[in-house]
Formats: sequence, structure tokens, C-alpha cells
Amino acid sequence: MNYGPLLFLGILFTLASSWVGLVLMPNRQLGTLTPHVNATTSAIYPAARAGEAQQGAETYRSLGCIYCHSQQVRPEGFGGDIARGWGKRRTVSRDYLFDKPVQLGTSRTGPDLTNFGERNGAVDWNLKHLYNPQITSPGSIMPAYPFLFEKRRIGKNGASTNALALIAPFAPEAGYEIVPKMEALQLVEYLRSLKTSVDLPEASIKKTEGDAAAPDASATNAPTGAPAPAPAK
Amino acid sequence: MSVPALKALFPGDVQDTAGRRAQLAEIDASCRWPVLYFFLSGLGWLLLGTLLALVTSMKLHLPDFLAESSWLTFGRVRPAHLNTVIYGFASQSAIGVCIWLMCRLCRVPLMAAGIILAANVFWNLGLTVGVVGILVGDSTAIEWLEMPAYATPILFFSYALIAVWAIITFRLRREKQLYVSQWYLLAALLWFPWLYSTAQIMLLIQPVRGVVQAAVNWWFAHNVLGLWFTPIGLAAIYYFIPKVIGRPIRSYYLSVLGFWSLALFYNWNGLHHLVGGPLPAWMITISVVASVMMLIPVIAVAINHHYTMWGHFHKLRYSPTLRFIVVGAMCYTLTSLQGVASALRSVSEVTHFTHHTIAHAHLGMYGFFTMVMFGSIYYIFPRITLREWPSQSLISAHFWACLLGLVLYVVPLSYAGVLQGLAMNTAEIPFLKVVAGTLPFLQLRTLAGLILAAGHVAFFANIVWMLCRVLGPYQQPVRMILTGTQQTAVAGK
Ligand code: HEC
Repeated sequence: MNYGPLLFLGILFTLASSWVGLVLMPNRQLGTLTPHVNATTSAIYPAARAGEAQQGAETYRSLGCIYCHSQQVRPEGFGGDIARGWGKRRTVSRDYLFDKPVQLGTSRTGPDLTNFGERNGAVDWNLKHLYNPQITSPGSIMPAYPFLFEKRRIGKNGASTNALALIAPFAPEAGYEIVPKMEALQLVEYLRSLKTSVDLPEASIKKTEGDAAAPDASATNAPTGAPAPAPAK
Repeated sequence: MSVPALKALFPGDVQDTAGRRAQLAEIDASCRWPVLYFFLSGLGWLLLGTLLALVTSMKLHLPDFLAESSWLTFGRVRPAHLNTVIYGFASQSAIGVCIWLMCRLCRVPLMAAGIILAANVFWNLGLTVGVVGILVGDSTAIEWLEMPAYATPILFFSYALIAVWAIITFRLRREKQLYVSQWYLLAALLWFPWLYSTAQIMLLIQPVRGVVQAAVNWWFAHNVLGLWFTPIGLAAIYYFIPKVIGRPIRSYYLSVLGFWSLALFYNWNGLHHLVGGPLPAWMITISVVASVMMLIPVIAVAINHHYTMWGHFHKLRYSPTLRFIVVGAMCYTLTSLQGVASALRSVSEVTHFTHHTIAHAHLGMYGFFTMVMFGSIYYIFPRITLREWPSQSLISAHFWACLLGLVLYVVPLSYAGVLQGLAMNTAEIPFLKVVAGTLPFLQLRTLAGLILAAGHVAFFANIVWMLCRVLGPYQQPVRMILTGTQQTAVAGK
């Protein structure tokens, strides 16, 4: 094989094929996908994340949570994802329309977080868990994120309202308190926003009695337990 | 077989003339500093990357270790490790080997050393900016592309210099016969910029929407392995095995088949990383099929390499180059077969998302690629510096530490991944139980990492020692422990 130009063309052509097939074609097929509008409630899914949660997504990216947590639910019967309660249905392309970057993940050193907001939206639990996972989940190998919190001397007016309620051995020495920084709160808002249990034409939720009416109400990526919008004054 | 055909198969020359030797010496001398820049800075990154690897590994079983600092949190140290070893060590030693092989096979002395020096400076600069960027929190969290968008153009510029240099060298070649290594080198040099620029543009500069990002991500990440490291590693194996044992490659036709089938199938493999994921089934199915088709190039190359070696295994005792390269070639076969298997849906169902993938990646990047680079460096370094390796015991220590560390890393962790996957697929097993099951293996991995680190230190010591000699007086021509008993091969092409 001594014909330089042939070699050159072959090299270019082979890569061009998958460049078209795996890059351009997916972009053509999926690049124009739009959110789903529910015919009866006209709820739109997915919706872009609101400020706090979006900021939290940046912290999630920056701290590399993706190296231990996936955000994708494999189909029923393929792996234990649905059986473990990580989702009510498989995830599909539409679920990720507004994610930047999309953090599907390739590792499950920790549990999948696609629907974490539906599982455990408790702010307090999540803050403690981030401060030190051993508090909530003894034996976990998730790292502690103490730098998302501030250790402060308790002021004259007593402990801050947002200080973590910690007991030994996790509590700081007497006279000090642990207060979440902005990033910690935003990160928790992001975790609470992780929800995909919305019926879609391409991926429907098998309705079991009991939660038949669940989905669309929580379709907005809004955190569970968020205060209901205040009535007009 | 006709003489020209034989020549094409075998980089070592049939008749050995004084003129040839002089030409070779001239080429090696011209490569001296440019290749050294890349080898030495690569080695520096290897040491840093090894340190980061140890920290990463320890954090997985000692989660409190260095937890106070955001710079050193797991999710930053891990990508910092990946980027230093991939773009710092592996790519730089690949470029060093590539430059030297190009000059030798094209039979031209290295021209425009200034371009190579500039490329080296920019590469290291871009990488430093990128790795610090990851540690301060600007990681993109896109696997294999974590370096932030303000660092990568510097790397790309550096890369462009090298590719242009290599293509000009190729055009000016004095040897018109192309050897199989050159096909691979040329392909790698052309594929990489395409991959890298596409990924940068579609993920960082003008990000595509939604899961298309994942498709581009894995198209890139898998192809960096398959179309950048693999071809350069195979080029080195195709060059050094025949060279050191003094026998041509088994079959020209198999090497043609191996090359073109790799070119055709590998680049379609990437989306097998998304089996079960939220992309249309056709995309993933194509990648699974292409992954299985990889059996063709893998088996063709395996037959070619291993048959060439057949009956010459005793030479492993004398040549460190051969030892490292042959282990690398074996790991290539193994990791490829493991890769084909894990692309299958039924296997992926278990091993995807587990430590199995990490073990597999190390069998490929370490067992295959890094070992081949070590072997190549053992051959090239003495020739461009005209100094002998100072210590045989350090070479042995390096080799055995690598081999032991590798086995201790890959075998238990591959197994642990399967256990972890089976446990995770059993919903009744609480998650923390699954975690607890992996712990002993994660601890063992740290031990394996320490052994590998010891090997790297031995390698480093030998190189520093040698450099002291480079600065000292000229000693004697390179011989013996590089290539073993054969003197013929020393003088080859
Ligand atoms: C070294 C791997 C690792 C990293 C990095 C990591 N986690 Fe975890 N995570 C785990 C493990 C293991 C668990 C399960 C035990 C537990 O609850 O701590 C877990 C559990 C969780 C849970 C509870 C999930 C559930 O279903 O109960 C949340 C939420 C979570 N992690 C968020 C994060 C966030 C946010 C980050 C990044 C700031 C992060 N994790 C980084 C390993 C990790």
C-alpha cells in the first residue's frame, strides 16, 4: 500500500462516515425536539430550570458529582433501575432538552439521581448529607463537602436559623455553628428539581393504583414541598 | 517473496551498509532534542498523574481524606488525573514516538526543530491551564473533555503545528515504500484534529441540544482511544517487534486487513457507552454492531503480532523494549475482546456504570498503550542521546512493578465490577450494601496503584541518571540491554 493519496482519502472517508452517522444525524433528528405540551392541562414538559436550581446545576458540574452519579433510567426489565425506584419510566431524549451540559454519567458509585427530587426533597436531610454523608448514611463513600458550609462563632443573638442541627461527633465545638453557604443551598435546590415522572407519548408511566393522578402536577421541575404560590394580594 | 516486498514488510534492512548506518545516526541525532522535550515533559505529567491517581483511589475508600479542600475533592481530582495522564503523559509520549518513527520511516532528518519545540511549549502551557482550571472548578464535566474552553485552543494550536510538521515530513520522505506503521501514524495524525475540533465546537463553543451532547461526547471519547492512541500504539508494535527480533511481520495482507477494518469500524463504536440510555435505539444498535465487528481488526492484528513473536519469546529476557511491547500487544488483544464483550447488551446490563469499566479502561490505556510507550522509550532514548541505560536493575524493577500492579489492578476490579453490577440489578440489596461489597477491591486498587507508582519512580530514576550522563562526556555506542543479543537489529533501518 504505497499510494499516498489513496491512503489519505481512505483515512478521511472512514471518519467522515461516522461523523455524519453519529454526530450530524443525531443532531438532525434530535436537535429540533421540542417540549411536550399536555393536551388537557397544557402543562409544558420539560421546563428550563429556574435561577437557584440552575445555579446549583453549575455547582454539580464544578464539583464533579457526575463521576459517581448517573442521571438516566434504563428501561423496565433492563437492569434494576426501575425496580430500585430510580424512576417510574425510562428516560428519553426529551427529558434532557434544557440540560447544559447533559450529565448522563457513566458511573453509579452512588445511586442514580434522575428523580432524586421525587424521592427525597427534604432540604435539611440534603444539607446534612452534603456536609458529611456519614451523618445521614453511615458507611457511605461519598465525599463530605465541608467547604460548602461556613463554620461561624455563634453571635449574641443566638444560633442562626439556618444553622445545621448537628449532634456529636459531627457538631462543631461549643460556641460555633455550621451554616450552609449559597452554593450548598443552590445545589440542594438543583437536587430537588430532579424529576422526570411525566407521561410522555414516547415513554409512558405504567399507572399503578394509588398514584394514578401523580404526574403532571409536578411537571415543572419545581421542588417538591416548595411553598404553593401565594394567593394574589 | 521479492526483495522490495520483504523490505516493505520489515523496517530493518536486508542489506546493511555503512551509508545506511550513517544516515540513521544522522536522523537519530536530529531527533534528539525535539523528542526529548516530549518524552521528558510527558514523564513529568506521568508522575503528577500518578500522584493524582493515588489520591483519587484513596478517596474512594477513605472519603474523609483531603475532604477539606474544594480543589482536591473527588470530582475534581479524578478528571485532573485523567487529563494529566491522557493529554500529558500518553499524548506527549505518543507524539515523541510519532516524530521519531516518522523521521526514521521516511528516512529524513528532523526538520524545523523550532516548530516542535514551540508545539511542546504550547502543549504544556495549554495543559497546565486546563488542569488548574479543572481543580479550581471550571471543569466542563464532559468526560475526556473536562479542560475548560479557555485552555483547549492552546492545545489545538500546538497539535496543529505537529500535524503540519508531520505531513510535510511525510511528503518529503526519501523512502517511497510505506511501512504499515506509517499508515497508522498518518491516520492518527489526521483523525485527531477532526475529532477534537468537532467535540470542542459542538460541546463547548456552540453546544448542541440535549442528548446530542452525549452522542458527540462518546463519539469523541471512544475515538480518542481508537483513532489516536490505538493507531500510534499499533504503529509502535508493528515497528518494534520485527525490529528487535530481526524477523519480518508475519503477513502483509493481515496488516492491510487490520488497518482498514479498524478504520471502518472503530469510529462507529462510541455510543455503546450509552446502552439503555436516552437515545434513539438505532444509534446505540449501530455502535453495538460496530463494536462486534471490531473482532476483525483485533484478530487480524493479534495473529500478526503474536505469530511474529512465536518462537522468539526467549528474546524477551534480553530486551526491555520487547518485554514491554509484547505485554502491550497482549493487553491490546485482551482489552479489545473485553471491550467487544462489554458492548453487548446483556453484558452491559451488568457491567455498565460499575468499576468494571474503569478496569477495562486501564487495561487499554495502561496495559496496552502505556506499556508500548515505555517499551518505545527504552529503545529510542539511548539512540537519540547516545547513552546507555545506567541501570538494568531499575529497568527490571520498572517492568515487574508495572506488570504486577497492572494485574492487581485489572483482574480484581473487573471482577468487582461484575459483582457490583449484579448486586445493583438486584433491587432488594440496599445500595449501601452494594457499596460495602466494593470496598475491599477499592482498597486493593490503591495497593496496585502504589506498586505502579513505585515502577514509575524506578523509571524516573533511571532517566534522571541517564540525563546526568547526557550532560557528561560521550561514552560508548548504544548496545546490549536495549535490544538484547542481536546486533543486527541495532543497525536496521
Ligand atoms: C465518590 C463518589 C461520590 C461522589 C463524588 C458524590 N457522591 Fe453522592 N453518593 C455517593 C454514594 C456512595 C451514595 C449512597 C450513600 C449515601 O447516601 O451517601 C450517594 C448518595 C447521594 C445522594 C442520595 C441519593 C439517594 O437516592 O438517597 C445524593 C442526593 C447525592 N449523593 C448527591 C451528590 C452530589 C450533589 C454530589 C456532588 C457534590 C455527590 N453526590 C458526589 C457517592 C458519591
